[in-house]
Amino acid sequence: MPDVSWVGDDGGRAGRAGPLRSRRVRRALAGAAAAGVLASTLAGCGSDDGGVPTLTWYTNPDSGGQAEIAARCTDEAGGRYRIETSVLPREASEQREQLIRRLAANDASIDIMSLDPPFIPEFAEAGFLAPVPEDVAERVTEDVVDSAIEGSTWDDELVAVPFWANTQLLWYRESVAEAAGLDMTQPVTWDQIVQAAQEQDVRVGVQGIRAEALTVWFNALIESAGGSIIAENSTDPSQIQLGLTSDAGRRATEVMRDIATSGTAGPALSTANEDSTATAFESPEGGFNVNYPFVYPRALAAVEAGTMEASVPEDYGWAIYPRVDAETEAAPPYGGINLGVGAFSQNVDLAYEATECITSTENQAYYFTTNGNPASDTAVYDDPEVLEQFPMAPTIRDSLELAAPRPQTPYYSEVSGGIQRVYHPPSSVDPQETPEAATDLITAVLRKEQLL
Amino acid sequence: MTQTTLPPVEKTQPVSAPGGTTSDRARSERKLGWLLAGPALAVMLLVTAYPIAQAVYDSLFDFRLTDPDNRSFTGLSNYGVILSDWLWWRSLLVTGFITLVTVAVELVLGFALAMVMAKALSTIRPVLRAAILIPYAVITVVSAFAWQFAFDIQTGFINSWFSFLPGIGEDTDWFGGTWTSLLVICLAEIWKTTPFISLLLLAGLAQVPEVLQEAAKVDGATWWQRMRRVTLPNMKAAIMVALLFRTLDAFRVFDSIFIMTGGANATESVSFLAYRQTISRLEIGLGSAVSVLLFLAVVFIAMSFIKGFKVDLSQSRGEG
Repeated sequence: MPDVSWVGDDGGRAGRAGPLRSRRVRRALAGAAAAGVLASTLAGCGSDDGGVPTLTWYTNPDSGGQAEIAARCTDEAGGRYRIETSVLPREASEQREQLIRRLAANDASIDIMSLDPPFIPEFAEAGFLAPVPEDVAERVTEDVVDSAIEGSTWDDELVAVPFWANTQLLWYRESVAEAAGLDMTQPVTWDQIVQAAQEQDVRVGVQGIRAEALTVWFNALIESAGGSIIAENSTDPSQIQLGLTSDAGRRATEVMRDIATSGTAGPALSTANEDSTATAFESPEGGFNVNYPFVYPRALAAVEAGTMEASVPEDYGWAIYPRVDAETEAAPPYGGINLGVGAFSQNVDLAYEATECITSTENQAYYFTTNGNPASDTAVYDDPEVLEQFPMAPTIRDSLELAAPRPQTPYYSEVSGGIQRVYHPPSSVDPQETPEAATDLITAVLRKEQLL
Repeated sequence: MTQTTLPPVEKTQPVSAPGGTTSDRARSERKLGWLLAGPALAVMLLVTAYPIAQAVYDSLFDFRLTDPDNRSFTGLSNYGVILSDWLWWRSLLVTGFITLVTVAVELVLGFALAMVMAKALSTIRPVLRAAILIPYAVITVVSAFAWQFAFDIQTGFINSWFSFLPGIGEDTDWFGGTWTSLLVICLAEIWKTTPFISLLLLAGLAQVPEVLQEAAKVDGATWWQRMRRVTLPNMKAAIMVALLFRTLDAFRVFDSIFIMTGGANATESVSFLAYRQTISRLEIGLGSAVSVLLFLAVVFIAMSFIKGFKVDLSQSRGEG
């Protein structure tokens, strides 16, 4: 059968290009995935016409910004390379699943990947990311917010290129804050917000769904309380020490419970995600909402479409994420996308060249203004056009400097999955019992002694 | 009054010479049979037997997809981890519950629909059949989204339409509790797969000999008596085949749970558990062990139907 020998040939070629020691073993083990990879490898080879190497950039779904940046960089490259984009699934966890499965099969068609920061350690530890050349590392971290650099680093080395950096702000209705007598120019605490919302009979939008959003919220609470989900990190999963039962861990649990049982979080807290809380914030019941900056362009778009009164976004105010304790600075969530270069790519050097183009100040400013995704490059925040369209840009920048990443571990899925299982629904958490239960579960899962 | 079925026809071997010796013709027919079925058998072995064997093999290892170098043989310890975990047993119970409820409701509804299709005026019959079959043609993920949107507290219409019912109001969060989540999941499954069962039952209905119905009518049997003593006994084989297929299908429920709750509120099914270990955690060994246990459960269901209820699978091909 000619087909079979062809598979073997191609797999071998892909394998030789990869830098990993164990590629033969890995290839054999990931045999089933190889069939799926075949098609994309074929496509990669087929489009090499005219001698211009084609770089495939796997992007998360957006409003078309990454495809436009790819086209701009292709023009700029002047025929040295061409970037094609390929869109990944909607959920970050599903993006990771697809990329990991392909990389485990040594997929050479993956040149550039848009990666959600919490999954970067896993990719790096598995040897799926090509090492960042020193000169590139130096250039791409210049004037970049700390949280984005931290999110691209594993084992004290830069393993990905910071692209755009997301953070949650505290969105509030100015009319509500005024009526409640809250001085929003000063940092506010969760307690203050809940109290104000109770007085004014409005909602506090938080994400209580059993999904990544819950981990994002809990991580911000525990980091704001001065603790961390992982107290002592290790590449050996059985050595990871969790910080959930620390004072900060209990305080975070307490704040979560207080918000969930205050009656201000709405009837659907246990299924509330970023979108549904943004929708609730737009309604007359909206008061406060911790959410990403998309809340603002979303409201403006609704006004333009005629489905919302212009007075609604005019009433929007924004501030730094709420504090857990009045004296301690908040640690807002950090998210966004950083770019990884596939370890099995045939054009690693060109791919890194392309990431520098993609993350240029102009392209980040373009991405911010058109797609609403905040830049990791601090220079972008001085751009007058950005400031005009996003009056909250300085707050976003300040928030990014304060932001704390989620636990950085190759076993992030286990840690986050365990948090989601035990801390859901948020109304059922107990500062005395939940931290122990979560620690027991996650520890057992990391030791492969329990299902998740 | 006893049940009325046609006297059992003695099954004749297609070709068999008296005295147990096989004739040349029988031999050549058997050879032809193998030739015809052989390629299909080979494909079946390739696409089913091989992955199953691979899963059984993988389940004996501690093996993470991102860390193949540290793969180690652990024997049956993965099975020990699973069987000693309450999550596995809870998922098994949830899966059993969904299977039982959906199959029972589908059987009754499906039978009613089959009767409607069988008795409908011939002019509207094609339209009716197409209409009844539409849900079955909808992709499960799409149907799951449709039901989720319908019941969603923000985008859904169910809460406002049915607010006159006790317990349902503007603030009813269907996906916030175990039983309400399971109710919506079961409704979606029932809506989606009832057409399948009704189609199989329609084939069964068509097989009930008209002569028996007429004889019963002449004897003065009421509609209900004819249904119980003539129609149902003659359809038993078709009903059992439909039940078997649907039970096996229902036991593997995944899509609706994945879309609607993502496994929250204790709604994980066994398939979902296998997904989370294999695809999310990348623990190929542990996930394969869950899959193997799921496979064994499905084999057990199939065997108990075939042995316990004496289901004749040839019925499904209309050979009965």
